[in-house]
Amino acid sequence: MPAAQRSIGLQFDQVEKRYGSVYALRNLTFHIAPGECVALAGRNGSGKTTLLRVAARLVRPGRGTVSYSGADRNRRPAIGFVAHAPMVYEELTAEENLLFFARLQNVEHPAEQVGKLLAEVGLEDRRDSPVRTFSRGMRQRTAIARALLARPSLLLFDEPATGLDAESGFWLTDQVRKLRDSGCTIVMSLHGESELARLATRAVRLEAGGLIADTHRGAMFQSIFAGTAI
Amino acid sequence: MALLSNAAVLVGKEVRTEFRSRELLSTTIVFVLVVVVVFSFTFDPTSSESRRFGPGLLWMAFLFAASLMLQPCFLREQTADTLTALRLAVEDPFAIFLAKIAANTLFLLLMELLMLPVFAALFNVSFAAQLPAILLTFFLGSLGISVVGTALAAISAQARMRELLLPLLLLPLLTPVLVVSTEVTIRLMQAEPYLEWRGIGLMAAFDAVFLTVLWLFGEYFLEE
Repeated sequence: MPAAQRSIGLQFDQVEKRYGSVYALRNLTFHIAPGECVALAGRNGSGKTTLLRVAARLVRPGRGTVSYSGADRNRRPAIGFVAHAPMVYEELTAEENLLFFARLQNVEHPAEQVGKLLAEVGLEDRRDSPVRTFSRGMRQRTAIARALLARPSLLLFDEPATGLDAESGFWLTDQVRKLRDSGCTIVMSLHGESELARLATRAVRLEAGGLIADTHRGAMFQSIFAGTAI
Repeated sequence: MALLSNAAVLVGKEVRTEFRSRELLSTTIVFVLVVVVVFSFTFDPTSSESRRFGPGLLWMAFLFAASLMLQPCFLREQTADTLTALRLAVEDPFAIFLAKIAANTLFLLLMELLMLPVFAALFNVSFAAQLPAILLTFFLGSLGISVVGTALAAISAQARMRELLLPLLLLPLLTPVLVVSTEVTIRLMQAEPYLEWRGIGLMAAFDAVFLTVLWLFGEYFLEE
């Protein structure tokens, strides 16, 4: 795994986001320290995805602010985002996709970096195959390689294990463990207690857009995920 | 500088994916070809009639072909949520628009260039001597269609009834540039052709105004 850039923290200050009359996030205030690995729990529609998209500055909050601590003020922080959708082009090959995103992000020695990442995610043999021929697990591997191209200091995972078979699930858990150990700040939304959840150093539960529980590893940790499995 | 280098990388991707799938070009070429052939056989115009209403017919066909081409330009990015990845990767979101505009203009021009000889043959119009001026007119007209169309495609991609919304917004906004493009093309296809610089200036101004609007507010068009 490529080493992360200096990891950054996240500060949510009274963040609110509404879609019509429905609150996706409601008066959310909390801090994620650099290097923390946070699991977001909550039922469908509790605001997990919106929170991640607000954190990535893909969605502008209606009220409140999101700020990054420890980030270079003159540069936009590199953020890796992995969601259920792979966010890669099906017409292009795995290598073409990664080279494209590497060049967009001004990655140094893009061909070399892409080669390393393809080997790392186990797609070296399929580098010239169009992504449309890939299984769900292989697409997710490509997505993770894409997210890691710019050595992100913040990684956001939105239910990354959905639809993965057991083998791909174990692989994903292993990758997230390596990233966590390299010091990258990780925020991942999850359904139910899982191997991935066990990697988290902190768990936060949302309900109707509001934060209802926030705990570090300990007695309460497992209860955060109660009733969220699908 | 980052804006231009990002836009160049994005244009490369647009061209590569289009030439691999040939979705947009083949649809628009077939559409314009059918329009030109049907009108030529229905009206069987004389050369002077062709010079009078041919340019209008041509620009109407280009407009509808463009609306076919513009609709998927952001919808395609939604299939695998690649727009999210693009927004995270680029320094300035305007690079995404710039690349889409460049690619759409390129594809439109390519289609127009392929259709020109067909039009000349079927409508018995000769304009070889005016080719550079026609190319300039086609470029500025196509750029205008692409700038406005790309912005509206981004807006409508996130809306309900998106298939209806794009043409509904596109047609009234493009009326000025279409009228001027048609007028300039008519002058270029006359028996004594000339380039109407005032029209060229108006088209360039139209393109510049909408490009500036997109540069200022484009970021908001991409937000969810």
